[in-house]
Amino acid sequence: METALSILSGLFFIVSIYLLLSKYVIRVLLGVALLGNAVNLLIFTAGRLTREVPPIIPSHLDVPAVATANPLPQALILTAIVISFSFFAFLLVLSFRAYQDLKSDDTETLRFAEPKNEPTPPLGY
Amino acid sequence: MAGKSSKVIDTSGVLVEANVQLVDYLIIAPILIPIIFGAILLMMRRSDEWTKSGVNLSAYVACFGIALMTLASFALLLRVNAQGPITMTMGRWLPPFGISFSVDKLGALLTFVGSFVALMGAIYSTADAKVIDRRFGFYPFLLLMMAGVSGAFLTGDIFNLYVWFEVLLISSFGLIVLGSEKKQLDGTMKYAFLNLVATTMFLIATGYLYGLLGTLNMADIAMKLQNYDGDGPVRTIAVLYIAAFSMKAAAFPLNFWLPASYHTPRIVVSALFAGLLTKVGIYSLLRVAVMLFSFEREFLSIGIAWLAGATMLVGVLGALAQNDIRRILGYLVISGIGTMLAGIYVATVPGLSGVIVYTVHSMLTMTALYLVAGMIGKISGSFDLREVGGLYAVSPMLSAVFFVLCLAIAGLPLTSGFWGKFILVKATLEVEGAQWLALIILVSGFLTTIAIFRIWIFAFWRGGPSGTPDGKENYQNNILDDKYKLTASLVIGVLTGAILLIGFMPEWLLSYSADAAQSLLFPNDYIESVFGKEAL
Repeated sequence: METALSILSGLFFIVSIYLLLSKYVIRVLLGVALLGNAVNLLIFTAGRLTREVPPIIPSHLDVPAVATANPLPQALILTAIVISFSFFAFLLVLSFRAYQDLKSDDTETLRFAEPKNEPTPPLGY
Repeated sequence: MAGKSSKVIDTSGVLVEANVQLVDYLIIAPILIPIIFGAILLMMRRSDEWTKSGVNLSAYVACFGIALMTLASFALLLRVNAQGPITMTMGRWLPPFGISFSVDKLGALLTFVGSFVALMGAIYSTADAKVIDRRFGFYPFLLLMMAGVSGAFLTGDIFNLYVWFEVLLISSFGLIVLGSEKKQLDGTMKYAFLNLVATTMFLIATGYLYGLLGTLNMADIAMKLQNYDGDGPVRTIAVLYIAAFSMKAAAFPLNFWLPASYHTPRIVVSALFAGLLTKVGIYSLLRVAVMLFSFEREFLSIGIAWLAGATMLVGVLGALAQNDIRRILGYLVISGIGTMLAGIYVATVPGLSGVIVYTVHSMLTMTALYLVAGMIGKISGSFDLREVGGLYAVSPMLSAVFFVLCLAIAGLPLTSGFWGKFILVKATLEVEGAQWLALIILVSGFLTTIAIFRIWIFAFWRGGPSGTPDGKENYQNNILDDKYKLTASLVIGVLTGAILLIGFMPEWLLSYSADAAQSLLFPNDYIESVFGKEAL
């Protein structure tokens, strides 16, 4: 099970890196969304998978009787999901706003902050 | 509760029994105060409509909040200086299960200097921030960013560090895009996407680390990695961390987001970003690469040395090639990061103490330089080197202050920059086979001198903009209003005063940073503050 999920998360990384390398902002956005999911899967797998045993301690014991699922990676993933979701929302709005104002989603033409052929500094007075 | 068969449950194995001393709440005060004030300020975005005279109430509340935070972090600094690292664990769960906030000398010092710099920025903004910026939340973003910065400096849990990174990052997105000019939108896109990739890398590394060690508490990680003899991918994790934090710190070759974005926002935002955010990356490198992954760092150190050298040279050569004053400063930030990386490569007590001194120096100097650049821009209406000039005639005092700041950034005597560079060069020379890195530090210092004094010569020393004949004066002078002049002079004066103070009286900072470096390399007292004496 861990092997299958590792491969799946690897596939997610491959696709997201491919999309992140694109020069169109919309594809980069899709890449960001996939990247977040790839990482969540990775943490999930790295925390080991234990199926169908909830981490509940029976009333007469102090520790669980059998090995249970580790809830911590899932808590980490929850945090990471919230964060990556909010970041994605911000980036989506930012890209849309940039598309409205700058009339492009092609990073080759998005050079307002660093224009091409900027003047060199003066060499004398 | 266990229903009818209720027995007394012995919790001493999982819960902290002793009550938290009131004074220990100081540890989280530098985080709590800005969050509370950030929430208050969110409700005060339209406070200038509350009174007829339109008093800018939110600005003063923000200054008050950051001043409180500075006081709290100063008290924390004194306390840590007196009794060593202190730890407070959330929810009373015993570490490593509860989230710990552990503050040692390094964290306390950087929190204090960081909030001091932010206080200066907030005071500057009382005269500079426009109504529209306040409406769109300049002050709440600023306060929440400060919560993120001090959270990152104070936390003792590596996943919690990630969370604080995200807090400061999302607030910094809000700050950098404030104004929505075309170049800001463009700059923010690059800043946001690349920083997101960096923090994602940080998260990946943390996921692997948890899979490997089953703990997230930094003191616990440090103990487990010291005795680790398994065949887990420790080096891979170390490389991922170093890559992620180098990207946050804008080290070559992951530095391209910084010059693309740092010149676009409001000048006070640029100043605070340059002073604070890249240094959070350096702090995390110190914490993770030096304290946690010490053995792996020795293996990777030659790579860090190359990174340091390349970052210094790329930064300073970029600065030489720029025409816009703010972009020159952006490249000089990168060059400074390279200098700090050189100390991380050395990783001896003097080397790390040099990194800490240089970090403090760089926080003060970069903020002051950007704020002076803001004044230059206001007076002459441009940041273009060809269009500024004659400012010596406008304000001899400002040109003297800028001269001092030039000395500081170039690492020349009288200023804090000299001591940082001096210790770093000395420490690098002591390492066998690393003399070339000392040479690069000196060469980059020399080139920085050229790059920064060119601004001084063009903006202050010559008679006017390009084309003014020699000996004539043709200065541009947009008359500044008195309030702005007074506030900006006060802030820049205080920052320059601090730089000179460290320059003339470095003894306290040097011995303090040597202690901080010692406890980074041998984190026994850090671990002891989390787990108690028996753990060691």
